[in-house]
Formats: sequence, structure tokens, C-alpha cells
Amino acid sequence: MNSLIPILPEIFILALAILILILEPFWKAEDRRPLGWLTAGGLLLTVVLSLLFAQPAAPISVLGGMLRFDWLGFFFKMLFLVGAAVTSLFLMDVEKINRRGEAYVLLLASLLGMNLMASSANLVMLYLAIETTSIPLYVLAGFLRSDDKSTEAGFKYLLFGALTSTVMLYGFSLLYGFTGTTDIYALAGMIQANALPLGLVLGVTFLVIVGIGFKVSIVPFHFWAPDVYEGAPTPVAGFLSTVSKAAGFSVLLRLFVVAFPLDAQAWSLIFAVLSVLTMTLGNLLALAQKNIKRMLAYSSIAHAGYALIGVTAIYMSDGSLSPLGVTSVVFYLIAYIITNLLAFGAVMAFGRIAGSDEISAYNGLSRRHPWLALAMLVAFLSLAGMPPFGGFIAKILVFAAAIKVGLVWLAVVGILNSIIGLYYYLIVLKHVYLFRDEATENLSLPITRPYALALFVLAIGVILIGTLFAPWFNMAAVGALNLF
Amino acid sequence: MNFPVLSVIVFTPMVAAALLLLMPAERRNETRALALAAATFALILSAWVYIQYLVNGMTGYQFVEEYAWLPALGMNLIFGVDGISAPLVLLTGIVMFTGVCISWGIDDEHAPAGIQDRPREFFAFLFILASGVFGVFASLDLFMLFFFYEIAVFPMYLLIVIWGWVKTREYAAMKLTLYLFIGSVVALIGALAMYYEAGFNSFDMRLLETANFSAAFQNAWFLPTFFGFAVLGGIWPFHNWSPDGHVAAPTAVSMFHAGVLMKLGAFAALRVGVMLLPQGAQHWSWVVMTFGAIAVVYGAFIAFVQPDLKYIIGFSSVSHMGLVMLGISTLNRNGLTGAGVQMFSHGVMTALFFAVVGMIYDRAHTRQIPELGGMMKPLPWAGVGFIIGGLVGMGMPGFSGFVAEFPIFMGVWGRQWLVAVIAAISIIITAAYIMIAIRKVFFAEMPANLEGHIRPLTVLDKIAIGLLCSFMVGIGLFPFIMAPMVQTGVDHILHLLGGA
Repeated sequence: MNSLIPILPEIFILALAILILILEPFWKAEDRRPLGWLTAGGLLLTVVLSLLFAQPAAPISVLGGMLRFDWLGFFFKMLFLVGAAVTSLFLMDVEKINRRGEAYVLLLASLLGMNLMASSANLVMLYLAIETTSIPLYVLAGFLRSDDKSTEAGFKYLLFGALTSTVMLYGFSLLYGFTGTTDIYALAGMIQANALPLGLVLGVTFLVIVGIGFKVSIVPFHFWAPDVYEGAPTPVAGFLSTVSKAAGFSVLLRLFVVAFPLDAQAWSLIFAVLSVLTMTLGNLLALAQKNIKRMLAYSSIAHAGYALIGVTAIYMSDGSLSPLGVTSVVFYLIAYIITNLLAFGAVMAFGRIAGSDEISAYNGLSRRHPWLALAMLVAFLSLAGMPPFGGFIAKILVFAAAIKVGLVWLAVVGILNSIIGLYYYLIVLKHVYLFRDEATENLSLPITRPYALALFVLAIGVILIGTLFAPWFNMAAVGALNLF
Repeated sequence: MNFPVLSVIVFTPMVAAALLLLMPAERRNETRALALAAATFALILSAWVYIQYLVNGMTGYQFVEEYAWLPALGMNLIFGVDGISAPLVLLTGIVMFTGVCISWGIDDEHAPAGIQDRPREFFAFLFILASGVFGVFASLDLFMLFFFYEIAVFPMYLLIVIWGWVKTREYAAMKLTLYLFIGSVVALIGALAMYYEAGFNSFDMRLLETANFSAAFQNAWFLPTFFGFAVLGGIWPFHNWSPDGHVAAPTAVSMFHAGVLMKLGAFAALRVGVMLLPQGAQHWSWVVMTFGAIAVVYGAFIAFVQPDLKYIIGFSSVSHMGLVMLGISTLNRNGLTGAGVQMFSHGVMTALFFAVVGMIYDRAHTRQIPELGGMMKPLPWAGVGFIIGGLVGMGMPGFSGFVAEFPIFMGVWGRQWLVAVIAAISIIITAAYIMIAIRKVFFAEMPANLEGHIRPLTVLDKIAIGLLCSFMVGIGLFPFIMAPMVQTGVDHILHLLGGA
């Protein structure tokens, strides 16, 4: 029985999915909206129960070495659960999805995969987890079959995802061929002992970066993101840009920091280049967007770049590890997930009534619905990195991590980028607060209860992360230390 | 001291802002009353702090409060004021109070005055700004100083872009925000570099003062840190955002912007740049002095040729803040004391100028000097206030400007007499443009189209003018209520600089 404790969250997710499948046929099609409440409630219950009964102690490997039960994984799992709970609230009022039980089941299936991604300690398990995550997401992105854009999004996501995961699988197979093991921690030992040729390690690193880079939309593997975000149902786009991206980072941290401990120079060269490319291109392209979902897509690419600054900064110049690097990435992801879910939530709440995702459609929003406008203000200023919101502390921490290891230039590039970011986020706020639209600003903008609840909780969360940051930081720090 | 007076001062506006946002939008007068109550409360507390500091003859950091925030990285919430920051806390209280007074507004579409459009959001954003400003002046922790500094910057964008002057607000607001953001993040890099170089694992500035950074480190990081903050102090050649921002902002925001925010820049540049990197300051003081002197003269000349009253005051602010920078660059007792007093004096003076200009604009719908005239008769309070402000600006003895500018020039003379001579040109030009403005706006014949359209001032307007004037005259007549106190703060800086 004890061996099941580490996968308590996964068991609950599975049970919840089965429950939904069983309940669905008994409810009439038009009465199925409460499935969203059920999913969200079930996930929150899972969070509470896991926190009470399934907290990890010292890191142990469980289930025949397939999974590793440690704080970093646990921490990511809780984050994913909260993100998925919010997403299921967001799904509740999207036409053509909200009364379909399979949407919630797919969401849960992909969440299950993510949870396994965050804790797998074995390459086979990892690959299975990634596929378990991805396949439901391909379907969800193309869920609106009557909508050409959604179908295109689903198909595009599928093609890119299948290709990159194959490349990554090839990398895994090379590793297995040379070493005869698929255990990540055993591999790490061999690489550290220089038992493997450096060329192989570097080659595999690149192949794996392709796979993970797709998940977290690192330039140059980002091409799918804007089209998919624009076409996919907005809650799914929000899920892709937050929880799915964090899942990618959880693998990135475990796999690269633990299994491929390259020497400090090669490491910081590879990741610094990726980071600079990702944030610069993401921000520059975001400047030109007229559609808010596309803008958020490019902004989420840029944010992956900022988080990569923290990944770059894990080695001190003398080759020793700097825990602040990993800690800052984890903290960044916490703040980013909550903030971006808030942004997507506000876009959703607006888009479903206004019927448009153009930035110009937001004119007069602050008069039409001051509270929604305030939620957008919180979200976008946090994305821009302004206090007292979460994004500020997150950015400071990754920049501090970079400066600590002597990468001052990288912090400077990051700062220049956040200035570009500030510009386009402020443009959105200008539409929300300044511009007027006599035709629409007196219309009502009803916000349904699930949205109101989710937006309120997220906005409070963004402010809490930005002001009382010690608990979050300490959690992230414990997780980072547990990685090795 | 058991009552955490500084944190109450810092968080009062923030709490008030949250309460304001919870008020129903249509209860406009209740919203304003709540804003005024919060501002009065903050003013009383900040005056209390100032008086305690003065009466008890305190020195060093007082009213210190410490709360653990993120001990793992040495970020703590530490509040405390010294002889330099206590007057600035008081200044913020004054500007906040008077800003609310003159923004009260009346709900009559045909008589624009104060803030009529969404007063609830206006006061909420203004108060978030005020909280940030209080926080910067009171913080003794470098990280928290940044935290509050950024909080003070971003509401400016919304305040200007929503309630600003229609013609230029979008341009000016974006320019201002980007300038200030760039400046602050450049300084942030410097601060993080100091944090790691010192190796105390602490952002406590009292500790960092003792870090004894190497000369090379100080020389390398002084310029980015100092100028990163000094951008907000409107230092030439990074002053460009400032007059545009003043002009585009609504009256109360102009008051905050010129009266307090620019002090924020100068104060942070002094506290972080000079006090933590004293050797760097000595090494580069000639750069600061050159730029300060250029700002003083250049700002005055540009102000002289402006036809728009708000631009005149905007550029005069650049000129007067240049004096603050000059005072800082001397690194001697006279210069620094003068700079400290000048920050307060200029803050009160510009707040008054912008308040008066705002009152005139609300009534005459123009700020162009040639289109104005004869305002003395319908608006005697505004006229007298403007004249007193003008006398302060010219540095007339008996007013606070003299108490500030005279030591600055003495200090500059001690360092480099030529700069003092050049900078002194500005006094003449300042006198010229202020007297021309006074004559044309208040005493020339009133244009026919304005005749009978000028409504009298409200009681709150008069309270604001009276309060601001009383400080300018009070300090001018009784310099000992401020100068010795500033000097205690200056002595500490001199100690850090290795002098007496």
C-alpha cells in the first residue's frame, strides 16, 4: 500500500476520469455542464489530499525505478493540478465543449501524463508520459470540428508534435544502445564518470532539446504555437501555454540538470543562445500582433526564454552548481502559470461575449466591465514584470540567478527584452482603459460564475505571489535541492 | 517606538486604494471623501514623524521597523527615515493631500474641474503611486526600495493615458514609462551586482554601506546605478520624458510627478549611488556636475521660450532638479544639505505651480500665455500662490528656495567656481520667465472671451494653495526647521565618503 502513496494524485486523476465516463451517459446532454464543477472540485480535492497524505520525504525511487518521488516532482504536480482545475472551469462555458464529457476526460488524461512527466526517472517512462500528455492535447486543440481554424490547429500540433517526439525518441534509443540502461540517474552516473563519448552526449542533447523545445516552444521549435493558440479553443490554448509548458520545463530540469551534466561552458553556451533567441524573437514578433491570442502566444514564447535564463544560470563560473538557477526557474513557472491563466481567462470571458479576439475589440472594456478590466490589468502588468505582481519577483530572481553566476550580459539582454514586452502589454491596457467604443461600451458583459471564481482566485494568486513571496520561494528552493 | 508608524504611512494609501476600488462607481462623492480622509491621515502621520524627528533632535535612521520577508535571499522589509528622507516623507504627505484636494471635481459637464471621469479609479491608481513613493523614501532595504520604486512608476502610465491631456497623452505616457523602466532596470542590475559583490546575503542598505567595495567595482558600477535612478530625477540628457509627461498629465498627477516622483529619482540616486558606492561617486562626480550644470542652464533657457504654462514649469523643473544634482555632485556639506532642502522646496513649489496652472486651465481652457490675462481679479488665491511660488523659484531670500539654492552654490563654488558662475546664469533667466508669466497671466488685461467665465476657486483649492505656501514661507523664514535636520543626514553621507 505504501508504494502507492507516491502516485496518489495520479490514482485520483484516473478515478476522476473514469467517474466522468460513467456519469456522462446518465446525464442528459443539456445538463452536463456541471461536469466542469465535478472535474475542478475533484482536482482540488486531489491537491488537498495529496498535500495531507502524500508529501514526499527524502527522494526515493518507486515502482521499479520508473518514477522518482521527490519535492520537485510533487511541487510540479500540484501546480499542474491547480492549472488543470482552473482550465476545467474555463471549459464550462465554451460552446460545443462544455457539455461533452470527453473534453474533461481528455484534459484529465493529459494531466495524468504531465504528472508522470514531472516524476519519471526512466527514459521509457518519460517517453510514455510525454505521449500520454500530447495525444489528448492534439485532440483537444482540434476539438471544434466544425471550425476550420481549430481543425487546422489540431492537425498542425499533431504533425509538429509527432515529428519532434520521434527525434527525441531517436536520441533516447541512441542512449540505450550505448549504455544498456534507461534509468536517468544511472545514466547520469555514467556520463559524469566520462564513460560515454562526448560527441554522443552532445548529439543526444541536441536531439532531446528538439523534443522538449517543441513542448516549451523554444525558438526555433516555436512555429506551431501562434497558429495553434489562435485556432484551438481558448481554454485549451491557455492550458498549452501554461501547464503543458511547465511540464516541459520539469522534464528539461530533471533530464538535463541531472542526466546530462555537460561542462559549465558548453552548458551555458547552448542554453544562453536558445534563451536569447527565444525571448528576442518572441517579443519582437509579439509587437506586430493584432489578435490577442497570437500576441499571448508570442509572449509565452518570450517567457520560455526568460525561464531559460534561469536554466542557463545553474553553473557557477568555477563549475560548481548554483541552486538559485533551478529555484528561479521553478519560481518563474509558478508565477507565469498563474499569471498567464489569468490572462487567458480574461480573454476567454471577454471573447465569448464579444465574439472577437482582436485587440481593438477591447476598446472601452474598462467602462463596460471595470472588474474584468482590472483582472486584465493585473495579468498584463504581471506579465510585464511590474510589482506588486508575481511576474516582478519571478523576473528579478532569474536575472539575479544570471548575475550570480557572472552572466551579466544575459541579464541585460533579458532586461532589454522586458522593455519590449512592457511596450506591447501596455498597448493592450491602452485599448482596455483609454480607447472608447460608443457602440459596445454600454452593452452588458455577463461573466458566468465559473469564470468569476477562477479569475478572482487567480488575480489574488498573482498578487500573493508578488507580495508574500517567501513561502513560494522556499518551496521552489526545496524542490531545486531535491533534484540531485 | 512600538507603533509601526512608517509601515502605516506606506500602506495607508494602498489599503485606501483597495477600498476605493470596492466602492460602487456611482457613489462619486463618497469615493472622494474616502480619498480625502486617507490622504489626511497619511499627511498627519508623516507630519508627526517629521516633528518627532525634529523636536527630539534625532540623528541617523529612526523609526526603524524590520520584518522578515525572504530571509533565504536576505530580502527584508526594513523601514526607517533619516534627516534626508524624513522631509521627503512629509513632502509626499503634503502633495498627496493637496493633490486629492484639487482633484475633487464637480459633477457638472459644463464646468470641468478636478477629476470628473471615473474618480474611483483615478484615486485608486494615484494612491498606489503614493504608496510606492512613501515606500521608496522609507525603505532601508535595497530590494524593497526597487519594489516600491517600480510600484511608483507603472500607475503613472494609466493615470496619464486615461486622464491626461487628449493631444499628447498616449505618446507622453508611453515615453515616460519606457524611460523610467529602462532607468530602473539598469539600476537594478547595479544593485544585484552590489548584492553579490558584498557577499553579505543581505539587501540591507545599512549593511551594504559598510561593504567597502573595491575601487574598480565602484567605478564600474557607479554610473549605471546613479544614472539609472537619475533618469527619474530628470537629469540632462535623460530629461526628455519629463516635460512631455508633465504637460500630458492631469493636474494632480503633474503635482505628484514633478513634486515627488522626480525627488524619488534624485533620492534613490543619492542613497544607492552615492551612499553605497562613495568612491565611485568621487571618481565620477565631475560627470554628474557637468550634466547637472547643463540641466540648470539649458532647462532655464528652454523654459524661457515656451508659450505653454505647463511646459514652462516642466522645463523649470528640469532646471531646478539640475540644481539638486549639482548639489549632490559637490559631495560636500553645503552642497548636499542644499540639495536635500531643494528637494523639499522644489517639490512644494512645483506642486503649487501645477495646481495653479490646473485651476486656470479648468476655467480658461487654455494654457497658452498669450491667450491668458487678468487672472488676479477672479482668482486672487491662485495669483498670490503663483507669485510666492515664483519667488521661491527665483531663490528670493525669505523663501525656501533661498535656503536651498544658496548652500548649493556655496558648495559648487567650493568645488569648481566656474560651474557656479555658469549655473548662476539660470537664476537670472528663471527670474525673467517667471516674472513674464506672472505679468501676462495675472496682471495683463483679460481677453474678452474669458470675461465672466472664470469661476472662483473652491474651498479645497484654497486649502491646497494655503498649505503649500505656508511651507515655502515657513522654511524660508525659519530655516532651522529643516536645514539642521537634513544636515544630520548629510553628515552620515560625508562619513561614508571618508570625510569629516
